[in-house]
Formats: sequence, C-alpha cells, structure tokens
Amino acid sequence: MTEATIALRGVTKRYGPITAVRDLDLGLHAGEVVALVGHNGAGKTTQIKMMLGLARPTAGTVRLFGADPAGGGFGLRAAVGYLPESVSFHLALTGRETLGFYARLKRLPADHLAAAFAAVGLSDAADRAVGTYSKGMRQRLGLAQALLGQPRVLILDEPTSGLDPALRRDFYAIVAARAAQGATVLLASHALTELEGSADRVVIVDRGAKIADGTLDDLRRIASLPVHVKMRPAGAFAAEGWRRLADGSFETTVDAAGKMPLLARLLADPGAVADLTVAEPTLDDLYAHFLKREAA
Amino acid sequence: MTATADTVPRATRREMPMPKLVTLAGKEIREGFRNRWVLATTLLLATLALTLALLGSAPTGTVGASRLDVVTVSLASLTIFLVPLIALLLSHDAIAGEAERGTLLLLLSYPVSRTAVILGKFAGQLAILAVATVIGYGVAAVAVGWNLGAASWAAFGAMTGASILLGAVFLALGLLASTIVRQRSTAGGIAIGLWLLFVLIYDMAFLGILVASGGHSLPPLLVDMLLALNPTDAYRLLTLGSGGAGGLTGMGALAGHTALTPPLLVTVLLAWTAAPLALAALVFSRREL
Repeated sequence: MTEATIALRGVTKRYGPITAVRDLDLGLHAGEVVALVGHNGAGKTTQIKMMLGLARPTAGTVRLFGADPAGGGFGLRAAVGYLPESVSFHLALTGRETLGFYARLKRLPADHLAAAFAAVGLSDAADRAVGTYSKGMRQRLGLAQALLGQPRVLILDEPTSGLDPALRRDFYAIVAARAAQGATVLLASHALTELEGSADRVVIVDRGAKIADGTLDDLRRIASLPVHVKMRPAGAFAAEGWRRLADGSFETTVDAAGKMPLLARLLADPGAVADLTVAEPTLDDLYAHFLKREAA
Repeated sequence: MTATADTVPRATRREMPMPKLVTLAGKEIREGFRNRWVLATTLLLATLALTLALLGSAPTGTVGASRLDVVTVSLASLTIFLVPLIALLLSHDAIAGEAERGTLLLLLSYPVSRTAVILGKFAGQLAILAVATVIGYGVAAVAVGWNLGAASWAAFGAMTGASILLGAVFLALGLLASTIVRQRSTAGGIAIGLWLLFVLIYDMAFLGILVASGGHSLPPLLVDMLLALNPTDAYRLLTLGSGGAGGLTGMGALAGHTALTPPLLVTVLLAWTAAPLALAALVFSRREL
C-alpha cells in the first residue's frame, strides 16, 4: 500500500464552542476517487480547508504529500486543484481573463488555456464575460481552473450543484480520467445518489465525525438494508406477510439473502403474477441508514 | 515510501518573468476598468474640477494670483473631501468582498503569499486612483492654464502627487478595515466612519479646541502633533500652506508657525500608508478562513 497523498490523523477542529471536525482519521491515495458525503454543516468544508492549509487543526495532524499544508510550501499548493463551493468569479471579466489570472498564479504558460477550455467544453465562450455564462458554464469554468497544471490532488466541493445530468456525466468522466492518470480526487457532496458509479470509496461524515468509510458495496453489505418487493397478483393471492396497497398490489420487504428464494417462490407459477417490481436500497436509503444509526 | 514535497511535479513550476504581485495588481486594474470604476471616478473628478476651475477663474485678476494657482487651491480642497471617499469605496471591498464571493478561499489555495495579496490589491487600486486623479485634474488644469508659468505647473503637479498620496493613505485604511472584518457591509460601515472622522469630525473638534483655547495657548508641538495625527490635515498643510497657495488660503499663517516641513509632511503621509498596510498584512497572515 502506498503512502497516502492526503492523511488526516486524529484531527479535531474547534471554532469557539463549535466542534466542526471531531477526531477524524482519513487517508486518500493516488488514483482514488473518494466521495466525502454529509449534510450541509457536517464539517466537509472545514476538512477541505485543513487539507489546503487554510485552517489549522485544533488537535491531530494533517499531511499533504507528507508535509504540513499550513506550512505554506508553494510547491505543495501548485500541485493542488481546488474548486470551492459556490464560487463566483468577477462577472465583468471574460472566461479567458479569469482563467489566465489563475494560470499566471500557478506560473503556467498562456498556451495552456486553450486546452483547459476545450477540456470543459467552453472554447466558444472563452472570450465572453463571465456575467453572460449560465450556472453550468460558470461551474465548468471553476472546474477548468481546478484542472490547471494537471494537479496531483483535486479537491472539489459540491462540484455538480447546478449542473444538468448530461453535464454531470461529462464532469465525472473528466474526474475519472484525472484519477486514471494517478491524481487523488476528493468529491464533497451532500447527495450520495449522483455519486453512484463515480466514486471508488465513500466516506460519510455527520456532525464532524466519520460514521462510515468504504466502497459502496461494502457499505451496502454493512447496512444490510431490506429489499422492497412489490407484486400485483393475476388472481387470488394468499397475502400472508404482505401488505395490501390501495391499487390492489402487495408489498413486502426481505433481506438481501432472502430475495432470490422469495422471487423463485413467486415465479413458480408465472401465470399468478401480473406484475413484479424489486427495489434495491438506494444510496439515499443507505445514507439515511448510517445517519440514523449514528443518531441512535 | 514516504511522499515528500520533492515528489511534487516540477513541470508545473516553470518560471515566468511576471511576479505574482504584478499579476494580482493587474487583475485589480483590469476589474477597475471593466466595471467602469476608473471611468466613473475620472468623469466625476474631471467634472467637479472643471466646474471649480471655470468658476474660480473669474475673479483672478483682482487677487493677482495665477489662474492655475487658484485652480490648484480649489482642487486641493476638493481632494480633501472626495479622494478619501473614493479610496475608501474602492478598498473596503478588497478582502471582505472576495471572501463573500468565495474567491478568497480559492485565491489563497494558490501558491501566493497573503502579503502579496494585500500589496497587489493595494498597488492595483492605487494605479486606478492615480489614473483617475491625473486625468480628472489634468483636464481642468489644461482647460485654464496650459499657457501659464512653470512654477504654477510645478505647484499643480505637487498638489496632484500629494492628492494621490492622500488617496494611498485611505486605500490602506480601507484595506485594513476589509481585512479585519468578515463582512463587506461591516467594512463599508467602517469606511464611512473613517471618512467622517478624518474629513469632518476631527477638524471640527480641532477647531473647537483652538477656539476654546483662544487660539494662542496651545503649545506648537501639540498643534503639530494634532495636525500629523490626521492625514487630511497633513495633506492640507502640505498643499495649501506653501508657495503661492499659502497666501491664497490663509493656511500660510498656520504653516509659518509649524515645524512640519513639506518633507516631514510627506513622511507623515507615507507612514499613514505603510502602517495600515503592514497591520493589514499581519492580520491577514494570521487569519483563519
């Protein structure tokens, strides 16, 4: 196992009486896309600020490439791409001027810009004022900014808010490509559902503490949430253990292991079933489960 | 294997000749031009300066002063009210505004020092103010005095330079306010308060003290210190107390008694610029975001 590019050990961060992050251990590795999921106010942005060296932990250590990010090493910062939540660039400047400014701060030559605009599909709008951009275009400009200079670490805070589904797919494709090239990617989000298929690992935080950490399959197994089965009988039905719904169909829940035997039993006589729906637990169910477990 | 800073890719660190401070100042200037700040300020200064110049040029024959000298004195009085206000309006937004728009967090995640952010913004705003002042006042000066003597032009040039220096003081003060508070609106409130204090209230209180003391019992050193403690008074003494302007304004009488020579007054104004800037850089470098 390689050394983590970002490592938090026993990190606590307090702002006055408020504990924003509580005794957190977290390691992010090269080539990994990690989703940091939690409600608004769960401490996601505070964690990110500490990873960027913009805030210092009250206790514990934060390491970026093995060094203290708050130490102010410019080399460290040049290797990080960051997209803050709800950033609004100056409306009167053009996309090219805005991106050019950030490129100069990273000491990148100006010929990087055309490729950066092309990567996020903004080539045609590069010379228009940011004020004329749609929400999605502004978000893409933010992403282009984060991708400048092929950073080894990408930290994206609520990156897909305001993006329509097609753009969101493009967005995750870009992120996956960067991870495939060895970048460490952290996606902070309050919605777990849209991360299906785009995150290798999910870390759920609640009130500053980590309450779950693993692949989505791991989390599903740990939670062992029941599967909902809904069926409409063709004729008479012995509804023992089933709940009758208003439209004449029946519903029951079964754990993951019991799902296949139940379906086999139902379908033994195909003529008896007019319709059948199997609903696996969604990521939102999973998320709600972990939050509820924590609250209990 | 332990990852260290040495494993950070070097390809992204290709050096460019332009220092980051210039990049930061350049963005400030570009924004100033783009959002019409420069245009509006220049027009405002030019309009008021022209009005003063044309009104003020009528009685010059009887006073016996050069028409440009009259304009210089008029503009200096205008500066005391207007330039600090413009400077504060420009600078109070610098840090607090970026924080509110979410761009401050982003900017500081870049390889750029916080002191460079403060100094870059200051330099950019000073350039905006200087352009507006030189063009705005220059238009008025050319309108009335393009064919007048070199001495009058020198006095006008000194007054314009001093006006920009006064602007620098209030840019630094506004930047400090913007750094100390979290919200733009609070910074704006502080900026207006600073303007009222230094431009109106301080002088009224000062006058009150002078009147109450009968005008003679205050020791000269105390008067000097009270004048130096307010940058607008230092500016007033610098531009209205010397040369041809002294006779025109009556400030010459005060200037005759003070130990505050023009070089000393310039030093006072420079100190008034440097101290808030240094404090802003210190506060900003310690601030947690």
